[in-house]
Amino acid sequence: MINFSAVSKRYPGGQDALRGVSFALESGEFAFLTGHSGAGKSTLLKLIPAIERPTSGSVVVNGQNIGALKRSAVPYLRRNLGLVFQDQKLLFDRSVYDNVMLPLSFSGQRPREAARRVRAALDKVGLLARERANPVQLSGGEQQRLAIARAVVNRPAILVADEPTANLDAQSAAHIIDIFVSFHQVGVTLLIATHDQTLIERYGKRVLRLAEGKLAA
Amino acid sequence: MIAWLRQHRDACARALGKLAAQRAATLLNAVVIGVALSLPAGGYVLLANLQGVAQRFSFEPQLSMFLKPGAKRGELEFRLRADARIAQLRFVSREEALKELREAEGLADVVAALEHNPLPDAFVLRATTGSDAATLEALATRLRALPGVAQVQVDSAWAQRLGALAKIGRLALAALAALLAAGLVAVTFNTIRLQILTQRDEIEVSQLLGATDAFVRRPFFYLGLLQGLAGGVLALGILWGALVILNPGVRELAQAYGSSFQLAFLSGTAALALAVFSALLGWAGALLSVSRYLR
Ligand SMILES: Nc1ncnc2c1ncn2[C@@H]1O[C@H](COP(=O)(O)OP(=O)(O)OP(=O)(O)O)[C@@H](O)[C@H]1O
Ligand SMILES: [Mg+2]
Repeated sequence: MINFSAVSKRYPGGQDALRGVSFALESGEFAFLTGHSGAGKSTLLKLIPAIERPTSGSVVVNGQNIGALKRSAVPYLRRNLGLVFQDQKLLFDRSVYDNVMLPLSFSGQRPREAARRVRAALDKVGLLARERANPVQLSGGEQQRLAIARAVVNRPAILVADEPTANLDAQSAAHIIDIFVSFHQVGVTLLIATHDQTLIERYGKRVLRLAEGKLAA
Repeated sequence: MIAWLRQHRDACARALGKLAAQRAATLLNAVVIGVALSLPAGGYVLLANLQGVAQRFSFEPQLSMFLKPGAKRGELEFRLRADARIAQLRFVSREEALKELREAEGLADVVAALEHNPLPDAFVLRATTGSDAATLEALATRLRALPGVAQVQVDSAWAQRLGALAKIGRLALAALAALLAAGLVAVTFNTIRLQILTQRDEIEVSQLLGATDAFVRRPFFYLGLLQGLAGGVLALGILWGALVILNPGVRELAQAYGSSFQLAFLSGTAALALAVFSALLGWAGALLSVSRYLR
């Protein structure tokens, strides 16, 4: 489903964020990505939706080679991915409901079907009662869950989340990982970056460990 | 096809929503565009009316030829009849001229006060229809050279000069219109630029989540188009209002000359063209802005 082989990423500033990273994630797999701050976790995750392109090596997602992907094909790649960003990127000029509706507006969904999907996604993360609220009125954990609802509203086969439990207490963090586990149970492939070691140990899933841009065995 | 239509309808709705959400700014922009466009449009209306008048009058190429006292009328008349450029001629004796003057309103007293008749004999000539200013001037020059002729006046010269003036006016107007059209594009360019800046977050998130470039750009095109259209419609309104205010005065003036002339509004086609043109300029401004600031 996701295949990295000998991937390096050097930013324009000369910074080597990734060095010869290779791994494969099978369909339906659940993996944590961990490593120190600056290890290259966000960089690795950004290669999957073609937010960044690899400097060398190849990244293949859903059979598509990210390095060679045309700009015009990128939106269609992203619609099949669920993305949770490290800085969440919620829009504070609209309601919780409209934040989740955003990705559905791109594809010209029928309004009734779209509304149904938004409510289903909000229900899944336990925010249905807050659909009229503005994201500013939500707690940190609720905002994280809102970001997840928006990521899954298109029912993607792959979910990529960057530090979805950052700055949350243990209980809220566990709640969020439980939501991911429920997606895993219906066959979604998940890759989740975190530096929360207790979470990683508790769930006992596959772990990809980055250090200085290199993948440790 | 239906999905495509729905996308356009949604984009248009999003643009309308943006316009409605910023009512004050929208109104101000429409006023700027409307005022800017009403200037050349107003000039066009004035010129079109002026040219109408000039055309109507220059169809009668008329000359007045005044004679010296004691000029030989018969000989002159013979020469004039022989000239192919003259279609009609009428002799007006000095007595007749004085009578006409006496009958003219308000001049009877003046005429009565005169000790003797100061008016000369005259021929009123009509050149062949369609003669242009140059032909008439050449004819006048030849007539002046005839013996016994005191003065020759091309009566329709003013109408032809008006026509020529209107032609220059048209050129000036075209230049003004081009300048203001560029101004309109610049105004829209800037509005859309600001709009893109304020929606930076939404645009970024939309692109990250899989919006195509076309989807992101579409509402801005509609925004430019709608703003241009609003400005064009406003310009028509301003113009119409100006004519409503001006026309009573124009009618009064025209009546004093025994005419029922008044300024006519743009034709339906011209009005429609103005609105469409304005909308297209808005679209062009949006296109420039989007290709510059959205990537
Ligand atoms: N846009 C960029 N331009 C230049 N350098 C960058 C850019 N983004 C990241 N880097 C550099 O690349 C390296 C890896 O950054 P990255 O954000 O992938 O780390 P991370 O593992 O996600 O860290 P954190 O846990 O703090 O989020 C860092 O040294 C960072 O300074
Ligand atoms: Mg990071």
